[in-house]
Amino acid sequence: MTQKTLEKTRDNKSGPQTLFDKIWARHLVTQEASETPAILYIDTHLIHEVTSPQAFAMLNERGLKVARADKTFATMDHTTPTSPPGRDGSYQFSGARERDQVEQLKKNCKRHAIPLFELGDPRQGIVHVIGPELGISQPGQTIVCGDSHTSTHGAFGALAFGVGSSEVGYVLATQCLPQRKPGSFGIRVDGKLRAGVSAKDLILAIISKIGIAGATGHVIEYFGEGVQALCMEQRMTLCNMSIEAGARAGLVAPDKKTFDYLRGREFSPPEGVQWQRATTDWAQLFTDHESAFDKLVVIDADKVTPMITYGTNPEMAIPIKSNIPDKAAPDALDYMGFQAGQPIQNTPVDVVFIGSCTNSRISDLREAAQILKRFSVASGVRTLIVPGSAQVKRQAEQEGLDKIFINAGAQWREPGCSMCLGMNGDVIQAGQICVSTSNRNFEGRQGEGGRTLLASPKTAAAAAVCGKVVDPAKLEATQTCVQ
Amino acid sequence: MRAITKIEGTVAVLKMTNIDTDQIIPSEYLKTTTRSGLGKHLFHQWRFDQQGRERADFVLNRSETRKATILVAGDNFGCGSSREHAPWALLDFGITVVISSSFADIFCNNAIKNGLLPIRVDTASHQLLQKQNAQQISVDLEMQQINLDGNRIEFELEAFARYCLLNGINQLDFLLQHQTQIEAFEQTQAVYR
Repeated sequence: MTQKTLEKTRDNKSGPQTLFDKIWARHLVTQEASETPAILYIDTHLIHEVTSPQAFAMLNERGLKVARADKTFATMDHTTPTSPPGRDGSYQFSGARERDQVEQLKKNCKRHAIPLFELGDPRQGIVHVIGPELGISQPGQTIVCGDSHTSTHGAFGALAFGVGSSEVGYVLATQCLPQRKPGSFGIRVDGKLRAGVSAKDLILAIISKIGIAGATGHVIEYFGEGVQALCMEQRMTLCNMSIEAGARAGLVAPDKKTFDYLRGREFSPPEGVQWQRATTDWAQLFTDHESAFDKLVVIDADKVTPMITYGTNPEMAIPIKSNIPDKAAPDALDYMGFQAGQPIQNTPVDVVFIGSCTNSRISDLREAAQILKRFSVASGVRTLIVPGSAQVKRQAEQEGLDKIFINAGAQWREPGCSMCLGMNGDVIQAGQICVSTSNRNFEGRQGEGGRTLLASPKTAAAAAVCGKVVDPAKLEATQTCVQ
Repeated sequence: MRAITKIEGTVAVLKMTNIDTDQIIPSEYLKTTTRSGLGKHLFHQWRFDQQGRERADFVLNRSETRKATILVAGDNFGCGSSREHAPWALLDFGITVVISSSFADIFCNNAIKNGLLPIRVDTASHQLLQKQNAQQISVDLEMQQINLDGNRIEFELEAFARYCLLNGINQLDFLLQHQTQIEAFEQTQAVYR
């Protein structure tokens, strides 16, 4: 990999503009000044049960109404059970507090006439999976949600970022946010990923290179041949983890793949004049020249190999075939129970989780199924496969993936965030090692004392069948799981 | 929101870098519909063992720093999840100022909205402050200065955040004052849905 960082001399009026500059300028209700931030208009507001109750309470305390219920969409995902409903249609929550949050969301949405995709709705799912699949997330939009992985929607050429509950309240009340303009950070991906290497491997390679705070205060744009070659779901995986490099947001310029993906979805522009008008506008959304970025990093896609994390933040990622760095942070190794210099391959695995807003879409499940149709899950490895949405679940079942997973010895669950953060009771035990397709390996993230190794769906499936960390490429070439 | 001008208090130092919001408050404690009472879960996994007993060596459990109001932490404090429960937990515990060499963006935004003062200082000042565990220091937001035992450290807070904190202004009121402009702006927007 090569790296260069450019310090740009900025000339906003006449110089080349980034895609981010263009979207930003389109949403300025008032300009930024030295004493006051800009007022940025928000096109789409996504809400869920965990970070919205306090925002609605603030509205109620102040007697305010929701300004634009028509630009607000709600789903339930973080605390929802992944076990199927009973015969009477009731869901078994892991506790009363989880159920309360969901009930509160229902009440708030009803009171303020906000569309809600609740449990049992064919459109329910993880907020960052359903926004795109329903056509809610569109190019050129500003999108916010009280969740840091909102950057996912940037895959459509939208400026999408996570906010706290106070800001959820501001957007509910005014459809706007006070904002200072972040810097711009171009990540050019030259060449294409090799067969067997996924967008997850690419983003882990990027984060390990620029660091967990490498893009703080910036909006990343991913571009170049290696990004254009990715399908929309891979672009979502890429943008999803922008926050793990500290970025405010991550985005990809829309192209024909973006338009093809969006065409015909429930909330996409209808065919005909409206579709024409939208796509004509969306085609204007690109960065004029890479010199417009405040910072620029170049990655060679063909040098990226399957990656995995060994430590306690997503920057601590290495190629599966390599050893844990000699300079690895001692407190992280202490928590993980690893030694500096040891190979990460052959690390015994207790749990495998395939799911989360990073990797729970149909292409992710197909990747896992390619391995699980040939091999069974190793004895003693608890393997959870959790589709990102009810729609993904239906599609997987139509393709027979559910049977492949169940026959291999994995658990096929109902959609939700599940073991990514373990709020719904899907947790790992203290000391256990989990290979997970989620986005964070922070201490205790998946359960107190639990240890997380982040990887792609293919690597996770390979770990499930071998009971240890293996290079999935090796497994693909063999008929038996002997290492 | 309470106005902040000067804060004096005891410093607790947490040298770890990249302290993420899952450490500040684990997701288990986000199962609430209010913003109160979260201080008892602050840094749960570091403060308590798996049986729920205090870990004696953790800084906020030691007698000289358990009532600290000023936290000095390593680089990139508050990374990860956007949970506003992190500043709510810090404030409820009694921490009103966090000083570091850098903060994650969302944490910093959330802190300011709640009257928790995030102060970014240069590396040399950061190193000096990391040696002040259990010491008394004062922070003057008006002057943008930290005073410790004869030393004066300058810092800079974004102008609007500083104005809101000094005057106890809720940023929502700033937005609500612009309703007319917001509605006028909406008339000009193309919507493709």
